[in-house]
Amino acid sequence: MSTPIISINGVGKRFILGDGNEHDTLRDHLTAGIRKLFGGAKKKAAEEYWALRDVSFDVNEGEVVGIIGHNGAGKSTLLKILSQISEPTEGEIRVRGRIASLLEVGTGFHPELSGRENIYLNGAILGMTRAEIRSKFDEIVAFAEVEKFLDTPVKRYSSGMYVRLAFAVAAHLEPEILVVDEVLAVGDAAFQNRCLGKLDAVARAGRTVLFVSHNLAALSTLCRTGLWLHKGAVRQRGEIGELIDGYLASAASGGNGFSAQQRTGSGQVRITNLRVEGGSAPDTAAFGRPCRIVLEYEAERAGLPVRFLIGVYDWAQQRVMALDNVSAGGLPEMLPKHGVLTIEIPADFSLTSGRYSLNVAAELHGENVDFIKSALAFNVDEGDFFGTGRMPYGKAAVLVKHTWRLES
Amino acid sequence: MNKPNERILRPTRGLVSVNLAELWRFRELLGLLAWRDVLVRYKQTYLGVAWAVLQPVLTVVVFSVLFGRLAKFENWGAPYPILTLAALLPWQFFANALTESSSSLVASARIISKVYFPRLIIPVSAVLSGTLDALIATGILLVLMPFYGIAFRPELLLLPLFFLAAFLPALAAGVWFSALNVKYRDVRYVVPFLTRLGMYVAPVAFLWQTMLPEKWRLLYHLNPLVGPIDGFRWCVLGDKFMPYWPGFWLGVGLSFLTLIFGLIYFRQVEKTFADIV
Repeated sequence: MSTPIISINGVGKRFILGDGNEHDTLRDHLTAGIRKLFGGAKKKAAEEYWALRDVSFDVNEGEVVGIIGHNGAGKSTLLKILSQISEPTEGEIRVRGRIASLLEVGTGFHPELSGRENIYLNGAILGMTRAEIRSKFDEIVAFAEVEKFLDTPVKRYSSGMYVRLAFAVAAHLEPEILVVDEVLAVGDAAFQNRCLGKLDAVARAGRTVLFVSHNLAALSTLCRTGLWLHKGAVRQRGEIGELIDGYLASAASGGNGFSAQQRTGSGQVRITNLRVEGGSAPDTAAFGRPCRIVLEYEAERAGLPVRFLIGVYDWAQQRVMALDNVSAGGLPEMLPKHGVLTIEIPADFSLTSGRYSLNVAAELHGENVDFIKSALAFNVDEGDFFGTGRMPYGKAAVLVKHTWRLES
Repeated sequence: MNKPNERILRPTRGLVSVNLAELWRFRELLGLLAWRDVLVRYKQTYLGVAWAVLQPVLTVVVFSVLFGRLAKFENWGAPYPILTLAALLPWQFFANALTESSSSLVASARIISKVYFPRLIIPVSAVLSGTLDALIATGILLVLMPFYGIAFRPELLLLPLFFLAAFLPALAAGVWFSALNVKYRDVRYVVPFLTRLGMYVAPVAFLWQTMLPEKWRLLYHLNPLVGPIDGFRWCVLGDKFMPYWPGFWLGVGLSFLTLIFGLIYFRQVEKTFADIV
């Protein structure tokens, strides 16, 4: 086994809350000093908060690691320590390569400066040399599609152009290790897709990537391994699929089945369970075989005209299917207080293999009474879609039943 | 990656030295940030570069009328506007550098919390960005000199050295105040006060030689701007204005020490910038 490119050993980060140590003024210091002279000083007890504690793991060269965890689990703090932005309170990290961090797109962009000027400035801030930027300049401009606006101040850019340019600069970094925070939260779906594509290319080029995202589908496609942080500690390190399953299961085990964090709505109707059946394992489906989604709910009272909505999202968080009981029909208008619903999808459903996630919502009179984001992730396995005994050739977004005929 | 360049990130304890090699590696960023400051300053203002001309010229006009004509300060036979402009040049550079650099780290809070590079680059580039204004002011000075019948002297070639003598305290103050400003936000109220007061404490509008008893003169040079100001006047106006050299070197030495301690303090608190800025 070769030496890991990053070894993290017992790393912890402590923040001190509420001792007034931050943003304090000289005046406070002087008055505190005087008070101390007269013996009256009573220091407010400082509250400690460990954002990370005793975190240890290794990352091998070329590994693409997805980092998951709830908000406040310490993901961003970990990335900041790795990026040398903030210093660990304890422990140490050994890094054997150049790290570039992409915690935000467009860091250091100045609105008054032109696109061209910002490319050089931002590139330098991210750690590129001028020669490097010059050699990649045309590529960056082409990727961002801003040729015509190169000499326009970026404050006149549309937000889309701005983000494209910002990402384009970052995407052309060539570090040995790339650290990426939830940068995909910006931009439209098409742009997010291209970002993911670029990240995928970076990973394929054999570089080491650490990637934080709430987009579980993207993580499961891009990464092979992962790290699950929970309350500042490593909960699990291993294969990404297992990790995501565990993560979702833990999220699902809280109270009503789903964690409060990913759930919004008044709660007049609660979705209590959701699963996908039809593939070889729980929560998998296979194309060429029928699949079934099972949804359990609990309502405040019987007789509510509930509309259930299920959105199926691919790895790029693009909605690929939308299912609802009102459009499709089949359910009585007034539903019982408690129910188990099954949604049958026939064998010719056209999702290709890969990982998908489900958002699920219950609507009452056009209002969301329950909404769960990423309620479930499931795999679609390859299967005999055409009934010919052959697997479909190549990757595609959808599969379509079709026939070939020789006319002459 | 032929030879693994291993780095260890761990809590730092005790004194931290300035990593010159790392600073050198980031020299391009230093230049770019200074260039950005200059560009933005002139793009955002309606008058643009004209400001760099107007500011010293108007100050000189006001001073000349106020102190030269009305108060009739001693001028040792030199035209008052030139006397003032030569002094204003290093002083204005210092004051601008102090103003710009003291707020520089707080103004860059976003970058600091998202990307790593040696933080020292930020206040240093802010000080550096004032150099262009100083060059423009020097141009004005050189244009006005023949107009007042002052011949160019070979000592003018020493101007860059005296500029360096003004750069040193500017850098020292910039490093100190930028770091202090992160921790103590009332620094930003102190700085404008200091620059306003300093203009009258430093011998910009007068000749200290004509006002100060001799026993006080070394003490007066504890103000590190006195030496450079005299140096500028000497280069432009001749030997009568020669600096008091022991005082000059005292000022330089003091600035140097302040800079060294400033760097030590800066490195000490640098690691916490991202957490508290």
